[in-house]
Amino acid sequence: MKTCLVVDDSSVIRKVARRILEGLEFAITEAEDGEQALSECQRELPDAVLLDWNMPRMDGYEFLRALRRLPGGDRPKVVFCTTENDVAHIARALHAGANEYIMKPFDKDIVEAKFQEVGLI
Amino acid sequence: MTSNEYDYLRKLLKDRSGLVLSADKQYLVESRLLPIARRLGLTKLSELVPKLKVPGAEPLIVEVVEAMTTNESFFFRDKVPFDHFRETVVPALLAARAQERRIRIWCAAASTGQEPYSIAMCVKEMAAKLAGWRIEIIGTDLSVEVLEKAKAGVYSQFEVQRGLPINMLVKYFVQSGETWQIAPELRAMVQYRPLNLLVDFAHLGNFDVIFCRNVLIYFDQPTKIDVLVRLARITPADGFLMLGAAETVVGLTDTFRPVPERRGLCVPTKGDAKAAPAKPKAPESPRLAVAAGGR
Repeated sequence: MKTCLVVDDSSVIRKVARRILEGLEFAITEAEDGEQALSECQRELPDAVLLDWNMPRMDGYEFLRALRRLPGGDRPKVVFCTTENDVAHIARALHAGANEYIMKPFDKDIVEAKFQEVGLI
Repeated sequence: MTSNEYDYLRKLLKDRSGLVLSADKQYLVESRLLPIARRLGLTKLSELVPKLKVPGAEPLIVEVVEAMTTNESFFFRDKVPFDHFRETVVPALLAARAQERRIRIWCAAASTGQEPYSIAMCVKEMAAKLAGWRIEIIGTDLSVEVLEKAKAGVYSQFEVQRGLPINMLVKYFVQSGETWQIAPELRAMVQYRPLNLLVDFAHLGNFDVIFCRNVLIYFDQPTKIDVLVRLARITPADGFLMLGAAETVVGLTDTFRPVPERRGLCVPTKGDAKAAPAKPKAPESPRLAVAAGGR
């Protein structure tokens, strides 16, 4: 079973994402911010990260840059999932190593399409 | 709605669009046509039927047909046909059209434009190989209303997130608030025209590639055969037909045959005669060899 780390400071979003991704047969771990997510990744790298942008302590963008510097940190597929829906943010995310980008609000079809796009389904 | 009224609508839709509705699809007709009835101040669908029979009802008939035949579309739908296009179709045509350096592509059910624009994006991504080539993309649809949306090329945030890779969104769209519009250079690559597949389409000319996906499934068998035979007439011997994943030519017509291991992709059989005119056991045609070696 593939693993996905869901990183979002909203417990509601984490719950919705968990439900969708478990339906797509992913094993889910959760983190509330970039710092927690980075600790999780230092312990064990997931196959995928569903990543919010705006979070306390360490935001999604800083987490992504830190993740990509970890040994093997280029392996997880990172899918941003954020309300930062402008081209400038998308371009920054791609430049930092994001694989896909979901603009909130999202639904199951969009999550499924994006995870297919990165080759995890 | 009485069975007579439903039968009247079924016949109207079959005659006008080829759409075949079985007896158990009354719910679909109601869900699609009730909004039209309500807009006209009618409370029931049965009140709409008499209005379709009076002189001057043509605009309403068109609206009813369009409401029943408009289907959801999204970018790079089913993915595989676009892989075939990039990996099999374009390489074969690059060789076959090296003199003319011109490829004509027809999307026979363009709907709101996602398919023709997906093809245009594929072409753009292959710019190095296609430099100096003239690529014509024609999108047609029965519905004038959806073609207006296709021409405008404006899509919601939801529409651009299903099937469209994010790097393509950044590259080929212009953001305008909550919506995304196809970039002008990509819009200029596609021409749109209204067209009913039930009527003659020979005036469009010949096409090297025809995308006719998820259209035939709505037709009855004689209509499928008729459309396929007429498509074959405008497809050169070394051209291609792309059908939907659930569609096939097998058992319908011998004017096309499926390309092995390329689901949905077909080639005209008139190409076979040229490749192997006299031998009882024909070797694999050069074109098929190109297709099979495309991956």
